[in-house]
Amino acid sequence: MAHSPDHDPIPLLEARGLVFARNDEVVFGPIDFRLMAGEVVLVEGDNGAGKTTLLKVLSGLLVAEAGEIRLNGDALTLARLSHQVALLGHLAGLKGDLTAEENLRFAIGLGGLRAGITPVLALGSVGLEGYEDVPVRQLSAGQRKRVALARLLLVPAALWLLDEPYANLDRGGIELVNRLLDEHARRGGAALVTSHGAYAFTSGTPRRLPLRRAA
Amino acid sequence: MRYGTAASACFALLRRDLLLSWRRRGDALNPVLFALIVVTLFPLALGPEPNQLARIAAGVILVAVLIAGLLALDTLFRGDYEDGTLEQLVLSPHPLPLLLASKILVHWLITAVPLVLAAPLLAAMLYLPADVLPVLIAALALATPLLSLLGAVCVALTVGMRRSGMLLALLVLPLYVPVLIFAAGACDAAQAGLPFVAPLLWLGAALALALVLAPLACAAALRISIT
Repeated sequence: MAHSPDHDPIPLLEARGLVFARNDEVVFGPIDFRLMAGEVVLVEGDNGAGKTTLLKVLSGLLVAEAGEIRLNGDALTLARLSHQVALLGHLAGLKGDLTAEENLRFAIGLGGLRAGITPVLALGSVGLEGYEDVPVRQLSAGQRKRVALARLLLVPAALWLLDEPYANLDRGGIELVNRLLDEHARRGGAALVTSHGAYAFTSGTPRRLPLRRAA
Repeated sequence: MRYGTAASACFALLRRDLLLSWRRRGDALNPVLFALIVVTLFPLALGPEPNQLARIAAGVILVAVLIAGLLALDTLFRGDYEDGTLEQLVLSPHPLPLLLASKILVHWLITAVPLVLAAPLLAAMLYLPADVLPVLIAALALATPLLSLLGAVCVALTVGMRRSGMLLALLVLPLYVPVLIFAAGACDAAQAGLPFVAPLLWLGAALALALVLAPLACAAALRISIT
């Protein structure tokens, strides 16, 4: 194994000179940042600043115009084949006709399962005990968000990319997101969270990554 | 930690899609009812002359099944695209072509197999000679998975667009033409008392090719649509 001369730990996620352009128009960048294990970084920016686009680029859904993304020191193309990234987008990826538990079982089948947790336990820890057998169609928008958060607890991804996780959530839900992020960071995971700045973290001050629309 | 294999991911997807179809099992009848109505229109328009109907029966049934399949095609990725599941599939660590092949398999089971099972009824309505029926069913059994696979590639290309129905038909129908020609050719030959195996073998060969290539093309098309 190669050690860097100053024994820097390898960042979980690193972006260098990352630029994304749509139809030759630069959406964001160039940006550089490093995300270490145990860190939660808040991506801040106005509407249209490219927060969602940044998360999609980092997850590999969109291809960057320039720059490189490294996951644990390796180029991102490998990330698709690893189990390291979990993306929670605007769309939760839940089926209304299936129950909360069935939706989570499908997510496990697709993404794998973290040790020591089950769908029922995960639903309990997002405050949805007793909703295991309720079709997701009958849940409120906030409850659906909680089911989507339960998915993050189940899949063994070290890096969470959360796009507006606070949207639709009540005060308790916002605290829940913060608690889940804290626990995830303490387990050695890392998270990149977008927010248009309406909510503050309750515990500690996270590092902020400002994103401005390219001129 | 348990990461799961590609096989378990495909199994989870098969299970979920079958479960979803079961929750909406009424929808599975729609293609059959559509084909039934289309087939009913022909005696109404052309007159109930058995000889005349018997001559066109196989062709009418094949076209009815083809169009019923075309109408059902849009549902293949639509739901998953709209609720974000498709993003999760693309991001999943498992090979996307395999996952899509599982989706196409379920779609074929739900939309096309009922049509193949309804073929004897449709054939009876149009006085298709009894000895041609097995050939028609064999042709349908080979042609419908081929249609689903070819159609899936076009659906993957158009899934990001709103109201893509007409565009989808324009993309898909030219691809369906050779399938229709070989399937109808087998039925015609059987009806004329000629050897009918060769067109069926052509369909089988095309199906084998599509089974391998269509999921790959579908995955590539889907990545384009999503971005």
